[in-house]
Amino acid sequence: MSFYSFIERYRDFDFTGFFTSVDEQAVRRTLDREHLDELDLLTLLSPAAGGCLETMAQKAHRLTVQHFGHTIQLFIPLYVSNFCANHCAYCGFNRANAIHRRTLSLAEIEAEARAIAATGMQHILFLTGEAPAATPMAYLLDAAACLKRHFASVSIEIFPLAEEEYRQLRQHGVDGMTLFQETYDETVYRRVHLAGRKTDFRWRLDAPERGARAGFRAVNIGALLGLAEPRRDIFLTGLHGRWLADTFLDTEVSFSLPRFNRTGTAFEPTSVVDDRTFVQFLTALRLFLPRAGITISTRESASFRDRLLHLGVTRYSAYSRTGVGGYAAAEDPDSRQFEITDTRTVNEVIAAIVAGGCQPVFKDWDTIG
Amino acid sequence: MSDDILHLGPRGFTNRLFTGTGKFAANTLIAPMLAASGSQMITVALRRIDSSGRSENILHHIPKEVTLLPNTSGARTAEEAVRIARIARAAGCGDYIKIEVITDMKYLMPDAIETLKATEILAGDGFVVLPYIIPDLTLARRLESAGAAAVMPLGAPIGSNLGLETKALIAQLIETCRVPVIVDAGIGLPSQAAAAMEMGAAAVLVNTAIATADDPVAMGRAFDLAVRAGRSAWLAGPAGTSHTARASSPLTGFLE
Repeated sequence: MSFYSFIERYRDFDFTGFFTSVDEQAVRRTLDREHLDELDLLTLLSPAAGGCLETMAQKAHRLTVQHFGHTIQLFIPLYVSNFCANHCAYCGFNRANAIHRRTLSLAEIEAEARAIAATGMQHILFLTGEAPAATPMAYLLDAAACLKRHFASVSIEIFPLAEEEYRQLRQHGVDGMTLFQETYDETVYRRVHLAGRKTDFRWRLDAPERGARAGFRAVNIGALLGLAEPRRDIFLTGLHGRWLADTFLDTEVSFSLPRFNRTGTAFEPTSVVDDRTFVQFLTALRLFLPRAGITISTRESASFRDRLLHLGVTRYSAYSRTGVGGYAAAEDPDSRQFEITDTRTVNEVIAAIVAGGCQPVFKDWDTIG
Repeated sequence: MSDDILHLGPRGFTNRLFTGTGKFAANTLIAPMLAASGSQMITVALRRIDSSGRSENILHHIPKEVTLLPNTSGARTAEEAVRIARIARAAGCGDYIKIEVITDMKYLMPDAIETLKATEILAGDGFVVLPYIIPDLTLARRLESAGAAAVMPLGAPIGSNLGLETKALIAQLIETCRVPVIVDAGIGLPSQAAAAMEMGAAAVLVNTAIATADDPVAMGRAFDLAVRAGRSAWLAGPAGTSHTARASSPLTGFLE
């Protein structure tokens, strides 16, 4: 059982031909449907659907309010290590990039946790590069247990693990995972992932499935927009999410839409997703999977994020540091994975959410033993 | 209708509209909504209660005279539901508990088997148990035997606002159950709440339709009026039906 069968099925699909065949009438037909199938999603992602953006947005807003209310869940990321054995052309952590590398000790994680908890945040996401030697399982389990003492919910965004390893993390307090496939296009994937374990497309693709099977209640997926042709990548992201939701009925699936941001590399994305297209992608995913969460990080600007409040998003990060640590002590700008754009404090983000007519939710999980 | 009391556990309720705390644009809307609707019972997810002081505690928005109905939202097994109930009680949330065990994130359908198991344990542990279920007659009877104080069949999936899609099945429960039948989930409009009450439901629970209305306070008031209308209609004995037994037929009494 694997999502890979969808990759195979759509590998030779004539996307260009399909997009050419979609007219406004086809988009309107899709927008009238209650339950959308795969080709409906592709219709909504086609260039022609860009002309129906307001209709898509209104429907997406209604569905989001219906299923999620006027609430935005908040979380904060903590990088515990930036060592990495991979050579990914686009990433600030790639092993060829000369940045300051470090791994937080457990005492440092404890200090970071306390500083973060003081901001009011209750949901934390901890991240690493891919260097099992620097962050072996024992370290990850200790980090999880330490963070669980301070936060109602602990999620991970780390390198792909085996199902048993995910299970161990769950037993130590982790309840969710984020993992981006980066791109679902195998040719592009090979081109940008030059060395290290991350070159294994299948191992990464099947990781969310392993996490769900290990019992994580929440799985967040996405593709890095700009690496490959973005409409195809969002299409397969949507299918991946639906497949996970249908296969693991008790797992909450959510999407991220990370757009390429400046890193400390010379990498230039093959395409740039403009704001209008981004909103089209966001609303299309909402219409395709009404109950899926949609997460927007501080890659996006403050003013843009404020606008997105009514377009289908359900979760925001705030006050993010993308270098190692950075909350208890000043952040080291030479250790960052990418540049963030929304640099507001937690209180500023809360104020913006409230001003937008939504309720910021700090806590939506608990420890029950 | 102050003598038309719904008894659940040790308390009597003169208002048959139960409400919820989820999905509001701001928690400050909860108290005015409760005042406008007169609702005397409100659900809250334990997972949302923050007693750490780090963020606002939702419980501070609920007046003391309103009964708290914590729910076990997030539980995927009976064991998790039982733990959540006990934590809620230990935190001072009282003895009432709504059992919500959902293992389907797509339609949010409740898990009958885990719900029954949790009811058996919690009813035996002194809780006033209100289990959320798909309207399944045999399940409802088993829950009664297990000690549930009421059953809460869904009208339609949570958040769908579709109304009484399960009307025929709810009718079976209302006719046969000895405990109160409280229609919970799917009610999107006051007219649908009135319809549930006209059928003989003991109460309704409405969350999404109120919290996501443009004016939740006014919508709370509208639902209160609808529930009263439906309840009054039921008590007035709609033509063609009777909820009281008639010992003899007045048309043929002269023949005796």
